[in-house]
Amino acid sequence: MAGFFKSLIQRFTKPDIDWDDLEASLIAGDLGPKLALQIVSDLQAQQRKLHGADIVQVARDHVRKILPESVPHLTPFADGRPKVLLIVGVNGVGKTTSTAKLAHLLQHAGHKVVLAAADTFRAAAVEQLQVWSQRLDAPLVKGPPNSDPAAVCFEGYEMAVKTGASFLLCDTAGRLHTKHNLMEEMKKIHRVLGRKDPTSPHEIILVVDATTGSNALQQAREFHKAIPLTGLIVTKLDGSGKGGVLVPIQQELKVPTRFIGLGEKVEDFQAFDSKRFVDELL
Amino acid sequence: MFSLLQEKLEDAFRKLRGTAKISESNIADAMKDIRMALLEADVDFTVTKDLIKAVTETAQGEDVLRTVNPGQMIVKIFHDELVKLLGGGATELDLSPPQRILMVGLNGAGKTTTSAKLASWLKKQGKRPLLIALDLYRPAAITQLQVLGQQLGVPVCVPPAGETDPVKATRAALKWLDEQGGGVAIFDTAGRQEVDDELLTQLKQVRDLVQPSETLLVADAATGQQAVAVASKFNETVTLSGLVMTKLDGDARGGALLSMRQVTGCPVKFIGVGEKVEQLEVFHPDRMAQRILGMGDIVTLVEKA
Ligand SMILES: Nc1nc2c(ncn2[C@@H]2O[C@H](COP(=O)(O)OP(=O)(O)OP(=O)(O)O)[C@@H](O)[C@H]2O)c(=O)[nH]1
Ligand SMILES: Nc1nc2c(ncn2[C@@H]2O[C@H](COP(=O)(O)OP(=O)(O)OP(=O)(O)O)[C@@H](O)[C@H]2O)c(=O)[nH]1
Ligand SMILES: [Mg+2]
Ligand SMILES: [Mg+2]
Repeated sequence: MAGFFKSLIQRFTKPDIDWDDLEASLIAGDLGPKLALQIVSDLQAQQRKLHGADIVQVARDHVRKILPESVPHLTPFADGRPKVLLIVGVNGVGKTTSTAKLAHLLQHAGHKVVLAAADTFRAAAVEQLQVWSQRLDAPLVKGPPNSDPAAVCFEGYEMAVKTGASFLLCDTAGRLHTKHNLMEEMKKIHRVLGRKDPTSPHEIILVVDATTGSNALQQAREFHKAIPLTGLIVTKLDGSGKGGVLVPIQQELKVPTRFIGLGEKVEDFQAFDSKRFVDELL
Repeated sequence: MFSLLQEKLEDAFRKLRGTAKISESNIADAMKDIRMALLEADVDFTVTKDLIKAVTETAQGEDVLRTVNPGQMIVKIFHDELVKLLGGGATELDLSPPQRILMVGLNGAGKTTTSAKLASWLKKQGKRPLLIALDLYRPAAITQLQVLGQQLGVPVCVPPAGETDPVKATRAALKWLDEQGGGVAIFDTAGRQEVDDELLTQLKQVRDLVQPSETLLVADAATGQQAVAVASKFNETVTLSGLVMTKLDGDARGGALLSMRQVTGCPVKFIGVGEKVEQLEVFHPDRMAQRILGMGDIVTLVEKA
C-alpha cells in the first residue's frame, strides 16, 4: 500500500466519482469500513466538483483528526521501581524482535533493562531472546520449557529490583486472540505481575504486523478486552504493508501507536510520528 | 467480525427474498453488500471487482430473477465461483525426484513450523523426511528447527558453524543430503519481505542450487491487501509450485488466499491450523470458500434444496 493515498489521485481523475468504488478502495487500504464511510459522506456533502487531490485531502484530514499529535514517552519511575512492559500479540508478528529493539532503545537512552523470556512454549523462543540478550548485554530471566510464563515474569521483576534496572521487558508467546486458554494465561501473567506492584504491568504493548489486513482490528479488540492495552508497535513497515489499520484501531479503541518496526535489526525501530505517517507513508 | 459479515449477507439475502418482484437493482444492491464482505475478508480489491462481474454475468445468464429463490441462487453462484477460483479438488504434494521441498515466505509467516509439520506428515505416510536449516539470520532459527526435528525424530542438517552465506550453506547441505541415502528434503529458508531485492536474489540463488520439486509459499491467513504483490514477487523470483496458508485456527477469513491463487495459478497444498506439528490439514476449496464468504450454513442449505 505504498503511497496509498497517491494511488487514489491517479484512480479518481474524473470529477464524477464512483462512490462505491471509492469506498471500496478506502477499505482496501486497511482504513476500515467505518472511516471509509465517513470520508465518503464528507466528500459527498461538498457541493462542488471533486478531483483526486480533494479526496486525498479529505482522507488525510480525517486521519489527522483521529491520530494524536504526540504520544507519551517511555520514562523510568523517579522512585527507582522498575517499569514493567508486557509485550503481547498473535503468532509471528515480531514480539521477540520488538522486545530486543525496545531494550536497545532504552539502553541507548541510558537505562538499565532486564529481559524476561516468558514464551516458554515455542521451540527455541527462549534461545532467540537469549541471543538478543547477549548481543545487547542485558540480563535475561528464563524458565524451563513449558513452565509457567507468569512465574518467569515474577522472577524477572525480582531480578530487575535486585540489579537496579529501570525497565523490565516481558516477551510473551504468540497467541491467537480466539484461543480462550491462551488469553487466560496472559491475564494470569498480568495478575501475577500486579502482586509485586499493583500498578504493574505499566505498559501493555500489542505488536501488530503491518502486512495484516482487517483481522488486525479484531486482534486489538480482543487483546484490549482481555488486558488494557497502552500502545501498539506496528512492525514490518519496511515491507509493502503501510499499516493503515493503526488508524481504525486508534479510532475505535483509543490505543495509540507508540513505535514502528522497519527491519530485522535492533536499530530498525522508531518512535511513531503521526505527521510523517500521514504525509509520507499513507 | 464473523457474525457481522454473516448478518450483513443474510440481510442482503432477506432483502432479496422479501421483495415480491425482484429487479435488477435489487441484485445490484446485494452485490454491493457482498463486495463489502469480500473486501472485509481481505480479498484483493481487483479480484473482488472481477468476481462480482463474473457472478453478475452468470446470474443474468441463468436468469436468476425467474427462479423461486434468487437470493440463495446468487449465493450459490458465488460459492461455486470461489471454489473454482480456489482450484477445485485437493492437490497432492509432488514427491518426484529429487524430492526436495523449498519453503519460502514473509517474516514470521510460519515456514519453520510448517517445515516440521510437513516432516511429521511425510513420516506418517511412511516416507523419510529430512530437515535442512538455511535460516542463518534470525536468532536461534537453526535451534528452532533442531528442537522440532528432535521432537519428531527427523534428521536435521545444520550449516557449518559461523557460516553466514546461505548459498554456501546450501552447497554444504546438498553434500549432506548425498550422504543420507535418500529421503524427502525440506529446506527451511529465512523470512524476507518481497520488496527486499537483495534477499530475494539470494533466495533465487538458493533455489537454483536446490532445484526443488516443490517450492511452497507459506502465507499467514491474516494477510491483507499486499497478498497480490507478495505472491507475484515470490513467484517471479523462485517460480512457486504451491501455497500453504497458516494460522487458519484463528478468525482471519483468509481472503488473501484467493488473490495468491489468482496471481500465481498455484494450487493450495496444505493449511496450518495450530502451533503443534500435527496441526496441518489438506486443503478443501469448498470449506475455504464458505469461510471467506462467512456463510457456511447458507451454502449447505442451498445444496440441500
Ligand atoms: N522485515 C521485518 N521483519 C521483522 C520486523 N520485526 C520482526 N521481524 C521478523 O519477523 C519474524 C518474526 O519475528 P519474532 O520477533 O520472532 O516474532 P514473534 O511475534 O516473537 O513470534 P512468536 O513468538 O513465534 O509468536 C522474524 O523473522 C523477525 O526477524 C520488522 O520490523 N521488519
Ligand atoms: N496458531 C497457529 N500458529 C502458527 C501456525 N503456524 C505457525 N504458527 C506460529 O507462528 C509463529 C511463527 O512461526 P515460524 O514457523 O517461526 O515462522 P517463520 O516463517 O519460520 O518465521 P521466520 O523464519 O522468522 O520468517 C510461531 O509462533 C508459530 O508457532 C498455525 O497454523 N497456527
Ligand atoms: Mg517470540
Ligand atoms: Mg523460520
